[in-house]
Amino acid sequence: MNAPSPLIEVHGLQAWYGRRRILHGVDFSVVPGEIRVIMGGSGSGKSTLLRHLIGLQRPRDGSVRIFGVELGRASERELLAVRRKIGVSFQGGALLTSLSVGENVALPLREHTRLDESTIRIMSRLKLEVVNLGGFQDLMPSQLSGGMVKRAALARAIVMDPRLLFFDEPSAGLDPVVAAELDELILRLRDALRMTIVVVTHELESAFKIADTITVLDQGEILMTGTVGEVRASPNARIQDLLNRRPRAVQVDADTYLRRLTGEEA
Amino acid sequence: MSTTVNSVATEAAGTYMLVRVAGEVDLSWSQQVRRAVLDALASGQPVAVDLSAVGYIDSSGIAALVEGLQGARARRQPFVLVAVSAPVRAVLELARLDSVFALAASADAAFAAS
Repeated sequence: MNAPSPLIEVHGLQAWYGRRRILHGVDFSVVPGEIRVIMGGSGSGKSTLLRHLIGLQRPRDGSVRIFGVELGRASERELLAVRRKIGVSFQGGALLTSLSVGENVALPLREHTRLDESTIRIMSRLKLEVVNLGGFQDLMPSQLSGGMVKRAALARAIVMDPRLLFFDEPSAGLDPVVAAELDELILRLRDALRMTIVVVTHELESAFKIADTITVLDQGEILMTGTVGEVRASPNARIQDLLNRRPRAVQVDADTYLRRLTGEEA
Repeated sequence: MSTTVNSVATEAAGTYMLVRVAGEVDLSWSQQVRRAVLDALASGQPVAVDLSAVGYIDSSGIAALVEGLQGARARRQPFVLVAVSAPVRAVLELARLDSVFALAASADAAFAAS
């Protein structure tokens, strides 16, 4: 039997902010039904990678293909078609403060479908039930706790039943019980709704609980992609530093260091 | 890739209406399922929705079933989901709807007792 075609294929992706290179030729792929965790510390490049995967940033060097569409060469129409098939739950929630929770969740359905209003109402409330926010549809985002904002954002991200869900830092800033509930929910979404899920996180415990495979990113490079067991057993010193939360020694040559301090070429 | 063709068909089965749904119920055609369920309810007879051949159902499909149940309850009309496939059951459980709907192994079994 042939292996399923990847939903995500990234080849040689480089990203720059000015003269600073953030991603150094990243390669990886994600197959349908997988929960992939992209793990890395702050400054590892994982947020930049996520922005490329969801089409907010176009690749300058290298390629990103989602559902077979190369985002760097796609027309606006093709990009829109891809975006309709993906859901994104942003770290801060990105809820619209002027809309109620229910209106926020229903927004993608109102914008992208011509479904009957009764169907939209049931679908959006169903997703609020799934994330344990049943009955909260009339509250405003400002009335929600941090964990509730994350769950409302997740409800909006999955309201169109996307085949591919991106979840940025699901457990950051949450108490351990709420974080564990979100991890459980991610697993159930994959199993019941057959979603392929990409989670970007720096939380090790969460990563080990939910991941089928983990891609470890450090200083813009992929150190390895493997199962939880493979990552834990890796002899790579940088991976072990990350797993043991040891601060990484910053290595920089003298010329670069001076240039950074003075802003001038040596 | 699913080999089942998406279809919805309704038949009068004696004392009740049987709606058979097959395939992958998603946004692209779930409104047809909704219409079939609501039309079957309009007959005034008990309604059974056979989901044995459904390989995937998204929340727009679940919404069609919820709307059917709501309409049936308002008119005190029996409404049963029968032969629910494992993928459908997983979604019902995710939304905690497995205890809201009446589920039965078959329409005959569901309506024999009434």
